[in-house]
Amino acid sequence: MPTTFTVNGEHRTVDVDPLMPLLWVLRDELSLTGTKFGCGAALCGACTVHLDGEAVRSCQIQARDVAGREVTTIEGAKGPIAEAVVANWVKMDVAQCGYCQPGQVMSAIGLLSQIPNPTDDDIDKAMDGNICRCATYHRIRAAIHESAKSIKT
Amino acid sequence: MHPPGFRVAVFVIAVIALAGSFASHRHEMPLGPSFATAAAAAPADLFAPVAAVLRHPRCMNCHPRDDRPRQGDDRHKHLQNIVRGPDDMGFVNARCAACHRDENNQHSGVPGAPAWHLAPLSMGWQGLNDAELCATLVDKSKNGGKDIAALVEHMDQDKLVLWGWDPGGQRAPVSTPHPEFVTQLKAWAAAGAPCPPAGSSP
Repeated sequence: MPTTFTVNGEHRTVDVDPLMPLLWVLRDELSLTGTKFGCGAALCGACTVHLDGEAVRSCQIQARDVAGREVTTIEGAKGPIAEAVVANWVKMDVAQCGYCQPGQVMSAIGLLSQIPNPTDDDIDKAMDGNICRCATYHRIRAAIHESAKSIKT
Repeated sequence: MHPPGFRVAVFVIAVIALAGSFASHRHEMPLGPSFATAAAAAPADLFAPVAAVLRHPRCMNCHPRDDRPRQGDDRHKHLQNIVRGPDDMGFVNARCAACHRDENNQHSGVPGAPAWHLAPLSMGWQGLNDAELCATLVDKSKNGGKDIAALVEHMDQDKLVLWGWDPGGQRAPVSTPHPEFVTQLKAWAAAGAPCPPAGSSP
């Protein structure tokens, strides 16, 4: 069934099963492989993308859910907040193996978009669903704080 | 023809026997008594079968008295540090709808129903006894301004509520069949939605 939606600013139409996970649509139909598969059950956050500006787990969103809506993946993350997050991720060497980082970055952008100066408690609540098997959590936290500072200045 | 004294004695014995029967019936009352049983109960007892349903994990997990939704039949706190957020629909990045969609996800097993969200904090039920639970339920200052008819409608027709009877996967549905529950609910409502006296219930 054809489904048309906007992904990273471009109108795209895919002819897929309406129940296909958005993650498969992105990776297999649109070759946007920056978004990672981790668990398929909303438990790890590796597949986090933005749907109409809010972070969602693309393994749980289905093709029928995105018709007429706007999806942003790690490939399309742009603007001052995204740039600050990416810059501070690099500056602070956040990534280790890197597999979870597209999801971490999308969640960090989502957090800073709504809470420009998050507390540690805000970070705990907003980022806890993103798991890092390399345990880079301390660097993620520090990079979010640094990003908040750099966006303000 | 029996003398009047004999007739009075027979009547008294019959009343005692019936009272004993009802008392015994209440004592053995299962979780989901029939409408007939409910109608025969004392007014304050009409809430007991309703309370039994409200205490089921499928209902109670989304009516916490704190900011943490619960999961599972053991009512553990929702994994991933999920909290209610300012509108009862989750915190930034962890909105209910980020994972819970309009219906159960057949691939992952993640549950879903329209408008998945926590009940407001004012409608927290965990740990309340029957009297407290009933008082909270009917208090319009706590229940979103619902009168009794609206409460019945909510529990009769709201799709998120109905999910509790058809939760899918390995999740146990609410024990009392929904039609039986609605009958019990309406019997309680028809009696004026009486609450057990404070301190009278466990």
